[in-house]
Amino acid sequence: MQKSAEFYVNEYGVDEAKTIPILQAIQADYGYLPIKLMQEVCEKSNIHYNRMYGVATFYSQFNLTPKGKNIIRFCAGTACHVKGAEKLIIAVSEELKIRVNETTSNGLFSLETVACLGCCSLAPVMMINDKVYGKMTIAKVKEILMDYKQHHGQ
Amino acid sequence: MDNKDKTIIRVGLGTCGISAGANDVYDAFKEAIAGTNLTLEYTSCNGMCFREPIVDIILKDRIISLSNVSCGEVPRLINEILNNKIIDSEDNDFLVMQNRIVLENCGHINPDKIDDYLAKEGYQALKKILLDILPEQVISEVKSSGLRGRGGAGFPTGLKWELARNSKSNEKYVICNADEGDPGAFMDRAVIEGDPHRVLEGLAISGYAIGAKYGYVYVRAEYPLAVKRIKQAIEDAQNRNLLGNNILGLGFNFFIKVKEGAGAFVCGEETALIASIEGKRGMPTLKPPYPAESGLWGYPTNINNVETLAAIPWIIRHGADKYANFGAEKSKGTKVFSLAGQISKGGLVEVEIGMSLRKIIYEIGAGTSSGKPVKAVQLGGPSGGCLPESMLDTPVDYESLLAKGAIMGSGGIVVMDVDTCMVDIARYFLAFTQKESCGKCTFCRLGTKRMLEILERITLGEGRESDVESLIDLASKIGASSLCQLGKTAPNPVLSTLKYFKDEYIEHIVNKKCRARSCKGLINYKITNKCIGCHLCTKACPAKAINGEIKEKHQIIPDLCIKCGICESVCKFEAIYHE
Repeated sequence: MQKSAEFYVNEYGVDEAKTIPILQAIQADYGYLPIKLMQEVCEKSNIHYNRMYGVATFYSQFNLTPKGKNIIRFCAGTACHVKGAEKLIIAVSEELKIRVNETTSNGLFSLETVACLGCCSLAPVMMINDKVYGKMTIAKVKEILMDYKQHHGQ
Repeated sequence: MDNKDKTIIRVGLGTCGISAGANDVYDAFKEAIAGTNLTLEYTSCNGMCFREPIVDIILKDRIISLSNVSCGEVPRLINEILNNKIIDSEDNDFLVMQNRIVLENCGHINPDKIDDYLAKEGYQALKKILLDILPEQVISEVKSSGLRGRGGAGFPTGLKWELARNSKSNEKYVICNADEGDPGAFMDRAVIEGDPHRVLEGLAISGYAIGAKYGYVYVRAEYPLAVKRIKQAIEDAQNRNLLGNNILGLGFNFFIKVKEGAGAFVCGEETALIASIEGKRGMPTLKPPYPAESGLWGYPTNINNVETLAAIPWIIRHGADKYANFGAEKSKGTKVFSLAGQISKGGLVEVEIGMSLRKIIYEIGAGTSSGKPVKAVQLGGPSGGCLPESMLDTPVDYESLLAKGAIMGSGGIVVMDVDTCMVDIARYFLAFTQKESCGKCTFCRLGTKRMLEILERITLGEGRESDVESLIDLASKIGASSLCQLGKTAPNPVLSTLKYFKDEYIEHIVNKKCRARSCKGLINYKITNKCIGCHLCTKACPAKAINGEIKEKHQIIPDLCIKCGICESVCKFEAIYHE
C-alpha cells in the first residue's frame, strides 16, 4: 500500500522526533525512501529536509533506492564469521549473480549483510525478510533460495 | 486454571528456535493433537540453543525435555506421550552449574501471557515498593546489592539511579537499552523474547526510584520478534493497570513506549541512543553533562541495559543481601553470557560472576564443536579482546578481564579453535567498527580505516615490516582522541591479539604464512589423486576455476581461484585440501 505524505504526517505527527518512525513506515510501505515523498513530508511538518536526509543516510536500515521483493540478510557476526559465513555469502552471490548490497535484475532478491542477528549458537545464520534460518550450509541455502524462487516470486 | 492433570506440550518459539524450524514443529503438533486430550503451549528460548527446536512435555509429575525435534518425529512422539513411553532425550548438565536469576523464567513461561508471569511472582516487586518502600530506599537496596551495569561498562546501577534522582527537574525519563549490537551477544534478545514483563517491571521500578513518569524501550530493528513481544507485554500490563495511570491504585503513574532502532551500532552508546530517540542521527555527544543531568530532550535521564533491569525485580523480591551473596568481591551477582563460536553446546549461560572461563567453556559448553583445542576466546565484542588458551583460568569478572586486556562487555563469549586466524579476527573486528563509526571524531573515522587497510594487506600476504608498529601507533591515537567508547575501544581487538598472538602477525608479514590456513592471500587449494572427476566441485565453484573431464582428475586454475573454499566443502571424497 502506497500512501501520501499527508497520511504519514497525520499518523505520526509533525515533530522532528517522529523522523525515524515516519521513515520506517515509508520504508515498510514502499520498500525504500522516495526522495520526493520525503520532501513532501518535510513541507507538511516541522522536520527540515536536510535533517531528514541526514537521518535517512545515517542508519543502515534505510535505503534511497528500491530493493528486491525478498531481502536476504546474511549475518556477519563474530560467531557466523568464525563458522564460515563468508563462503556462504560468496555462494549466494554467485547463485543470484549479484554482489552484496545489490538487487537481482528481476527484482526478486536483494543481498545484504547485517552485524549480528543474535542467533549465534545456530551460526551461520541467514534471514530472508523476517524469517531467520540457522545452521546454514551451501546446500541448504541453495534449497531455500530455490523455494523462494518458486513460491515467493512475482 | 486446572491444567494440573493435563499433559502439556510446550514448544520453544524464540528466534533461535524458530530459525531451527520450531514454528513448523509447533504446527505439526497442532495438527497431531487434534482429537487427543493433550494441550499445546509455547514458550521462548531457555538458552539451550544447541538443542533447538526444544519441546518440553509437561506431565503430571515431571517435565520431559526433547531436543532437536523435527516435524517427521511428531506423530511418533504423540504416540509415545499417549502411551506413557516418552523418554527424556537429554541430560541437563548444561543447566546444573548455572544460577538463573535473570533467566529464571526464560523457557518456562509463555511470554505473551501476562498471567504466566504473574504466577511466577511477576510484578510483586513493583507492588511491594509502591506499597511501602520509598524511592531512596529502593536506590539504597540496589546499591547494596552491588549490581553493576550489564551492558558493558559495569557502572554501579544504584549510584547511577541516585545521580538521576538527585537531578532536580519536573520531568525525567528512564530508558531500557535493548540495542544489543555486539556481534556474538544475544542475551538481551532472549530475555525480551522470553520474559518481557520482567524488563517492564524493572524499568517501572527504576522510574519510581528516580522519579520518572515516562520510560522508553529502545530495541534493535534486527529483533522483530522481541519488538512484537515487548509491545504486546506493554499493552497487557496497561490493561491490568500494572502500567499507566495510578498503578494498582497506589498513586504511581508510569508509561512505556517502544522505540525501534534503525540499524546503527553506535546507538548502544547512551548519548547516541538519546539522539536517536529524539529523531536525529545517532551520534554521541561529549560527557559531561551525563544523561543523569541532561539527557532526553535535555531532562535528567537514566539508561540501563535489559539484563540490568531484568535483575531488579529479583533483587527487590529476595533482598539485596541474597543477590550480593553471588559473585566476586567487586562484581556481585550473576551474569548471562552468550556462548558461541566453535563450541559444542552454545547458548545462554547465567553463572555467578567470577567463574573461570575454562569452567564455562569445558564444563558447561562441553568444549569445542570440532574437538580441536581452543586457541582463543573473544570476550566483549568489538570493544573487547582475545585471550589465549593459557588464560582460560581467568575468573570472569570486570576487573580480572580488564587486567588481561579483555572486557566483560555485554557478555559475548566467542570460542575459537586452532583453525581460526587471529590476524583475521582482528581484521574482522576492525572492519566492523570502521563501518559502524559514526564519523564524528577524525581518529575513529579515519584511523580505523588506516588500521583496517594495514590488517587487510597483512592477511593478503602483502604486509610490511613496519606494519605492527604502525598499528600500535594508530591504536593509541584512536584510543586517546575519540569521544565515545566505540572509538576509544576500537583498537582493543588488535591490541589484544598483538599482545598474545604477535607470532602470527610476524608469520603473516615475514614468512607469508597463515598457520590457521584461513587467510586467502596465503593459501592455495589443491586436488589430490583421490579425485574421481565427479564434477561436484566444478558445478559449485563460483569462479569457474576448476576444469577437467568427467571421471578424470580435475585441476584448479590458480589465477581464477578466489579461494572461497566451497570446492573443499562440497567434495565428498576428501580430494581437495588447502595449505
